[in-house]
Amino acid sequence: MTARSVRTLLIHTVLLLLSIVFIIPLYWMIITALKPIEETMLQPPRWVPSQWQWENFAKAFTYGSEQLGYIPFLIYGRNTLLIATLSVAGAVCSNAVVAYAFARLRWPGRDLLFAITLATMMVPFPVIMVPVYALFKEMGWIGTFRPLWVPAWFGNAFNIFLLRQFFRTIPSELSEAARIDGCSEWAIFREIILPLARPALAVVALFTFMASWNDFLGPLIYLMDQRTFTLSLGLQFYQSQHGGTQWNLLMAASTIVIAPVIVLFFFTQKQFIQGIAVTGLKG
Amino acid sequence: MKRRHAETRAALLFASPWILGFCIFLLYPLAASIYYSFCDYSVLRPPVWIGMDNYRELLQDEVFWKTLYNTLYYAAFALPLSAAVALALALLLNTKVRGMAIYRTIFFVPSLVPMISLAVLWLWIFNGEHGLINALLGLIGIKGPNWLSDPNWSKPALILMSMWGAGHAMVIYLAGLQDVPQSLYEAAELDGADWWARTRHVTLPTISPVILFNIIMGIIGTLQVFAVPYVMFPGGSPARSTYFYTMYLFDNAFIYQKMGYACAMGWIMFLIILVLTMAALKFSEKRVHYG
Repeated sequence: MTARSVRTLLIHTVLLLLSIVFIIPLYWMIITALKPIEETMLQPPRWVPSQWQWENFAKAFTYGSEQLGYIPFLIYGRNTLLIATLSVAGAVCSNAVVAYAFARLRWPGRDLLFAITLATMMVPFPVIMVPVYALFKEMGWIGTFRPLWVPAWFGNAFNIFLLRQFFRTIPSELSEAARIDGCSEWAIFREIILPLARPALAVVALFTFMASWNDFLGPLIYLMDQRTFTLSLGLQFYQSQHGGTQWNLLMAASTIVIAPVIVLFFFTQKQFIQGIAVTGLKG
Repeated sequence: MKRRHAETRAALLFASPWILGFCIFLLYPLAASIYYSFCDYSVLRPPVWIGMDNYRELLQDEVFWKTLYNTLYYAAFALPLSAAVALALALLLNTKVRGMAIYRTIFFVPSLVPMISLAVLWLWIFNGEHGLINALLGLIGIKGPNWLSDPNWSKPALILMSMWGAGHAMVIYLAGLQDVPQSLYEAAELDGADWWARTRHVTLPTISPVILFNIIMGIIGTLQVFAVPYVMFPGGSPARSTYFYTMYLFDNAFIYQKMGYACAMGWIMFLIILVLTMAALKFSEKRVHYG
């Protein structure tokens, strides 16, 4: 064997071992979700269940529906999806128009406002948490979904930055030619910039969806009634109610929350990885 | 001249969502938060000016210092360790091995897991009696600790978890590594540099701005750690060993209704972030190489 192939073999061995370490927690979650309850607590641990209890998923899904009078996970899932969809729509629309102003138009104060916009990414949410809560309370929005999706319609520093970088790569001759033809800025934005910007808009949509799906603090602060809970709040409730008794059902519930995110990732891998890479490199 | 005006008008229209959002959801809350931090305030009653009292009380608040200590302790270990894991994975993947895309996916997917699922999953893995980690330790004859109820092991448990999420930073590093000009490696190779020498003298200096960026974002994120310990360790149990800064801030605001106090805590957090960021920038001045 040459030195080179020894090296390749070594790298593959290390990568394989690390892969196992990284996969085990997720494997353990899914396998626990499929086990009968007695088998979750065996020592040494059972890597494959003696019987595959797919009904655990159905049980986790409908858990507590008799007392509550509705299927909690269905309601939580619907709530989460509704909030996420409204947030994604808002983020895509608002950030696109705002980024257009920053990237493609000249106006006094633009660069200053952009610098301030970037600086606001440093502000940690806990600093403004109380006044924002008080504001929504004043508007009577506590207990509704509005605090969780309305702000998305007003743009966000990170997305503006991301889209601006992308818009700037589009040759300015395209807009100039359209202007000479008498097109309005709105027409240029809609007909020229937007169609070209689809990949970047997809990244914004993807990240907004993930953030919304993931959000825990927001729903915890603003939602009161159990019927309005999101999946993350629902899962927390589930966990604290049944403190560690039915691990197989809890893992099934957890799998249900993770699954859409992973599926989404597999369908959009390229945009996803590129989007994350951009966030780190152009900062 | 006329066109200039038209362009400005259009631009302000385009930018108006953000100008509004910036004022409503950022500028106003920031100003209000400073004001509230000098007030005795619960949402139920109007704020009453009490000057520096909140800040004075904070300095004497043992729980405040405890949560600050916990948070900095966690950051001091979780940040460098997960950065090291992310960088090591990225360097391994950058050796152009076959199957790179598959390995990358495997390392990246854990960082996608929503925080609530992350917390629930690791509650189970760290479970003292039936958890996987202690079962595996048992196989090699080690009696594992009670990760979740022993104050000496609760923070290390969270730090271990943070490394599992290193895939996100790995992707950023990997992109940075792929931008390192091939010619630099070739030159180094001609000079007889081995893999380690190339990594130290070519790769790391070239991607140092990326590392710095990740560390600064890491500082900001870690100081706000909330959801995972909130779910895994109710009330910062055991013995407040996992009571983190943002958890205490949240409790002050929404459990004890001490909202002015919570705002003061927010501003101290902001100050700490600014100081740490400045320190990171200062420290990196000579070490980070902007090419």
